[in-house]
Amino acid sequence: MRVALFVPCLVNDFYPEAALAALEVLQRQGLDVEYPSGQSCCGQPFVNNGMIKEASEFASRFVEIFADYDYVVSPSSSCTGTVRYRYEGLVDDDSYASIKDRVFELCEFLHDIVGVDRLDLGVSYSPVKRIGLHNSCHSLRELELASASELNIEPYSKVKAILSIIEGLEIVEASRDECCGFGGTFSVYEPDVSAMMGRDRIEDHLSNGVDMITGVDISCLMHMEGLARRDGVPIRFVHVSQVLAGRL
Amino acid sequence: MGHAEKARDFIMDRDRTAWHDRALWFVRQKRDLAARSVPEWERLRESAARIKSHTLEHLAHYLELFEKNAIENGIEVYWASSAREHNLIVSSILEEEGATKVVKSKSMLTEECALNPWLESKGVEVTDTDLGERIVQLADDRPSHIVLPAIHLKKEDVSEIFARHLGTEPYNSDPKYLTRAARSHLRNKFLEADAAITGVNFALAEEGGIVVCTNEGNADLGSSLPNLHIACMGLEKVIPSKKELGVFTRLLARSATGQAITAYTSHFMKPAPGHRLCVVIVDNGRSALLASKHSSLLRCIRCGACMNTCPVYRRSGGHSYGTVVPGPIGSALAGARDMESHASLPSACTLCASCDNVCPVKIDLHRRINEEREESIEMDSFAAKRRILKIASFFMRHPVLYRFSLKATRVMLGILPKSIVYNRYNVWGRDRQMPIPAKKSFSDIYRSMR
Repeated sequence: MRVALFVPCLVNDFYPEAALAALEVLQRQGLDVEYPSGQSCCGQPFVNNGMIKEASEFASRFVEIFADYDYVVSPSSSCTGTVRYRYEGLVDDDSYASIKDRVFELCEFLHDIVGVDRLDLGVSYSPVKRIGLHNSCHSLRELELASASELNIEPYSKVKAILSIIEGLEIVEASRDECCGFGGTFSVYEPDVSAMMGRDRIEDHLSNGVDMITGVDISCLMHMEGLARRDGVPIRFVHVSQVLAGRL
Repeated sequence: MGHAEKARDFIMDRDRTAWHDRALWFVRQKRDLAARSVPEWERLRESAARIKSHTLEHLAHYLELFEKNAIENGIEVYWASSAREHNLIVSSILEEEGATKVVKSKSMLTEECALNPWLESKGVEVTDTDLGERIVQLADDRPSHIVLPAIHLKKEDVSEIFARHLGTEPYNSDPKYLTRAARSHLRNKFLEADAAITGVNFALAEEGGIVVCTNEGNADLGSSLPNLHIACMGLEKVIPSKKELGVFTRLLARSATGQAITAYTSHFMKPAPGHRLCVVIVDNGRSALLASKHSSLLRCIRCGACMNTCPVYRRSGGHSYGTVVPGPIGSALAGARDMESHASLPSACTLCASCDNVCPVKIDLHRRINEEREESIEMDSFAAKRRILKIASFFMRHPVLYRFSLKATRVMLGILPKSIVYNRYNVWGRDRQMPIPAKKSFSDIYRSMR
């Protein structure tokens, strides 16, 4: 089984430790993981802003680079969601059909393909770590990694299922599973609403007495981190892969 | 002014914005509880979506069936292709009856057509009888929500408005006291009225009747006394028959306010003896919408759930949208009809998709808004943003240049004084510290590991 690691631009350039941790977690499962060179953006910023021509250039490149792998795993739900659900019409139908079922977010891959029972993380925390989990919109409502609060369905969370095998880890969720207000270009088109949304999420987590917040999407964490740093709020933001790799 | 600027004005009053957010989140939570009381909730949504899609696919058939059966029941049916035609039809019916005092229950369509100012210009006194709408009307304000028109006002604001217009005690903001005052004020309006105007929630094609849902009974009270009842409906309000109605009445109030059902679900099947019941069916751009890729928006039953759940709406207020219908559905509708005038609306959304999940007729709202960005980005006001994204795309496709620019950014962020980094053009940096590019990117580290 050949597994390719897709590292989103933000992670690659600003948070390489998250990608290193993801690589480590995957390799620990005995998988043959490669990081194909020449990869760049998945095209999400362009799809989201209606720039279809640019988006399809990135999409074609993505499909080309990852064509030969059994699975493509990425430490980001929004990039995974872009490839799985948004490439339709951006690349030819055969390419789309061939890629959409092979691309996975890291926790999703560990849960659905590796399997919780067979998962070996070799990590435990002592004393107990209490960490806030930010469920990003794409993880909830696009990849459906956990049940969104709007739906009348049996509650579940693939992310929590994976994290729960780690001893000494207590995961707490905020009272609202609401958007953090990043939203890509939304953060600069609508700076006031964006900032208020982010501050509300941070406050929600702080009320649970956590000093660390994790999540599957670095973009949400980067936005909230920027606000917390500006406001002098002593809270750390770490990607879920770092929690899984024991690198906090 | 675009949405972002109006949102900024709203947010300036932080406490009030926080209150607005909490008030609407409370309604969202009530909706969640109500939805969970119905085990088959998600199937019900699916059924509603299918019934609406089916009806829209055969819209001409169902509208004609409705017309035929309504006429058989003694209802008069009028067709209006535009807002102007709608207003002309309504004012000429009123003229025929010599009606000058009208009580009107809530109808977003009449707001869309700007019926009130038109009738007032003809010397007709129109009283909005929905409590929230009456508050807004007295204040010469506009509704900020389709179900809770005065949600932007606090009880202290209402106290001030009533003291000025209804002569209530100044500074008495007891909700019970204020509601009683509104009640007796409206009671007189009901007694004086010589015509009633209502909206339509559902038109039943098979039976040729209409259904109006209210919580205050104002549609019933208004239409029972006068000899004339004019009901105005968008042409998407028709459903096949009363067999399907239950699917929608079970969804509507639960989605809107978390109630099991609206307090009044009134069926108007024929005029009372000696009375006139007139239904005005309005197109006003709906046929064009039906033919477009955004036709799913016509499924909307105007429950307002997408507003209550929208994290942007709750923090920017309904007026920030500058449309009759605000929030996710309002943005999507406005953009689909006239992007030129509403170019900022598709961007007033984080694409969080919470609206899709609460929508009782499963409209793919966030996808509609996302697709409308393909149009809005081409507008003149987006020229700068378009250019920045094009430059970004160029850099991202040229790794050497991209690497270099990030390294330069890292160095610059290290040496430049804060006052230069956090300048007024750095919108990101207004409320947030800048993320700093890592010394070595993952791809560099990976290469050196091998």
